Amino acid sequence: MTFLSALGVLSSAIFSGTSLLYTTLGEIFDQRSGTVNLGLEGVLLVSASAGFSVTFITGNPYLGVLVSALAGGLMNLILGYLTITRRASQLASGLALMFFGFGLSAWIGRPYVGARITGLPRLPLPGVSALPVLYRSLFQFDPLIYLVLPAAVLAWWLLFRTRWGLGLRAVGESADAAFASGRDPRLIRYQALFVGGLFAGLGAAHLSIAYAMNWTEYMTAGRGFIAVALVIFSKWHPIRAIVGALLFSGAVAFQLLLQSSGIHISPFLLDTIPYVLTIAVLIAWGGTRRHSAPASLGRVYQGTE
Amino acid sequence: MNGLLRYGLMIFIALVLFGLILLVSGRSPIGSYRDIFTSTLGSAYGFSEVLVAMTPMLLTALAVALPSRIGLINVGVEGQLYMGACFATWGALTFSDLPAWVLLPGMALLGMIGGGLWALIPGILRAMGLVNETITTLLMNSVAPMLVSFAVFGFWHSPMDTNKTPNFAPSARLPTLFGTRVDLSLLIGLALLVLFWFFMKSTRWGLEMRAIGGNPQAALRNGIPYRTYVISALCVGGAIAGLAGMAQVSGFYGVLLANFSRGTGFMGFLISWLAGGDPLGIVVTSFVVAVITSGGNLLQLTRDLPYAMINILLALTLFVVLAKPQLARRRKPA
Repeated sequence: MTFLSALGVLSSAIFSGTSLLYTTLGEIFDQRSGTVNLGLEGVLLVSASAGFSVTFITGNPYLGVLVSALAGGLMNLILGYLTITRRASQLASGLALMFFGFGLSAWIGRPYVGARITGLPRLPLPGVSALPVLYRSLFQFDPLIYLVLPAAVLAWWLLFRTRWGLGLRAVGESADAAFASGRDPRLIRYQALFVGGLFAGLGAAHLSIAYAMNWTEYMTAGRGFIAVALVIFSKWHPIRAIVGALLFSGAVAFQLLLQSSGIHISPFLLDTIPYVLTIAVLIAWGGTRRHSAPASLGRVYQGTE
Repeated sequence: MNGLLRYGLMIFIALVLFGLILLVSGRSPIGSYRDIFTSTLGSAYGFSEVLVAMTPMLLTALAVALPSRIGLINVGVEGQLYMGACFATWGALTFSDLPAWVLLPGMALLGMIGGGLWALIPGILRAMGLVNETITTLLMNSVAPMLVSFAVFGFWHSPMDTNKTPNFAPSARLPTLFGTRVDLSLLIGLALLVLFWFFMKSTRWGLEMRAIGGNPQAALRNGIPYRTYVISALCVGGAIAGLAGMAQVSGFYGVLLANFSRGTGFMGFLISWLAGGDPLGIVVTSFVVAVITSGGNLLQLTRDLPYAMINILLALTLFVVLAKPQLARRRKPA
């Protein structure tokens, strides 16, 4: 194992962790307002396919990113309509949304299977130009990667330093109390879902427009569910999600490192680490409120009329 | 009657919405629907294919419905199904020279053990008051397919393909009925649903489960062993899901394919939820869902649309049912 291969692991963890972090930030918004979004996998697929097809048609990856984010927001609004306006079960609506995403993304992406696009440009990290070429190539990132840490800080600021975020978290803790203090829980949950969808859409955009630069059915491969695990792991906190995303994607990248040093562990077993870690953390918290899950998470707001 | 009319209307709305999507893709909606319905309900073969699609849904829905009677939310059927398939495959590959009448029950038992053990972990954690079963079952869903992939890619794969096992020996295949692809597990699923209905209605355990479902605190104070019920309900649910996994590999596929299920377990959750955990409702809902999903094959074959697209129609139907549209606006009683 060399220094270079360690850097390689870091670099590939950053690449695969970026979409995961955006997605997790999105789910944090959803869940902080009290909505569990199990349809995330479907949301990601629709965003990824929509962003990819727009990039292919217009040749403009930035437009693709925009469409991808908007598609995420709109998909989440469907969940909002079902769970907020129609007061349907969050789990069932989320799973229905997932199946919807399977179908819709297959339909949107159908003409573009195997198509090639010019994705987001890779810009070298400032200061690495002095390094040898081999190192430099490891640190050429696309704009979405550079923006992911500011995005996490932005998410933190929105949730914890604005009146809007305070209201959002209040709704997640107790929608009735928030209503009593003059807030509109329905509107706030819609807003949270839309913003959450935008973030998730950025994650999907990074996957299809910047990282893989192609479209295949089911290309998100369970990232939506990893993000749900990651939200728990990071205690519903945007800043802790950064560490979590690096750790989760690092586990996958780590296998390359192990292989290069002659230790062979099945990649499938390494892939289970995020979930096993999350369950272990949950057991360690042991049903206490230390985990700071929003108190009315998963509960449908019934209103007062 | 009113209820029937309402469900008819809901499905009609979904058909119209999906029709618009077909229209946008340049396919005739009416022609497509005619094909879907004649190919599924209009011929004996088509009908048998609907039954094939319906079979795993009966079992996966039951795996959700049973724990739901005491208020447990089992979102982990997908994972339990994979573990059942995994254990059953181990049996099929290891004891392939046993006669079918020994091997098949053995595989079924292994499948149930696999699924049951997978549900035991969330069951114990819930009973100890450590972690909510919704979260654990959901997380464990994602782990199970990876363990299956680990076993298939690492040890069991056939010389030809790396992502699946060799075909099972004939003695490890569930017998099919009437020369169609419908296999014995359809009857097992129906029988288990009847048994479930009888169990809930006429046994002491059913009564106690209903008591827990109604009011866990009151049940606990009346001396009903709540924790035992939590663990056993989840384990039995998991065992039924595992049986569904065994039926999929032994009946439908005849081989264990990595990532063979794309949401069968989640579909079971939705079906049980729509049917309110009611056995007859599960049969009816599974049938409707199976008609829709079998129609997907047809869209792919004759209309050159991706198979996954049928998920749109399925999801639209679910959306409409979830949104509960009302025929006439009724005032809610205060």
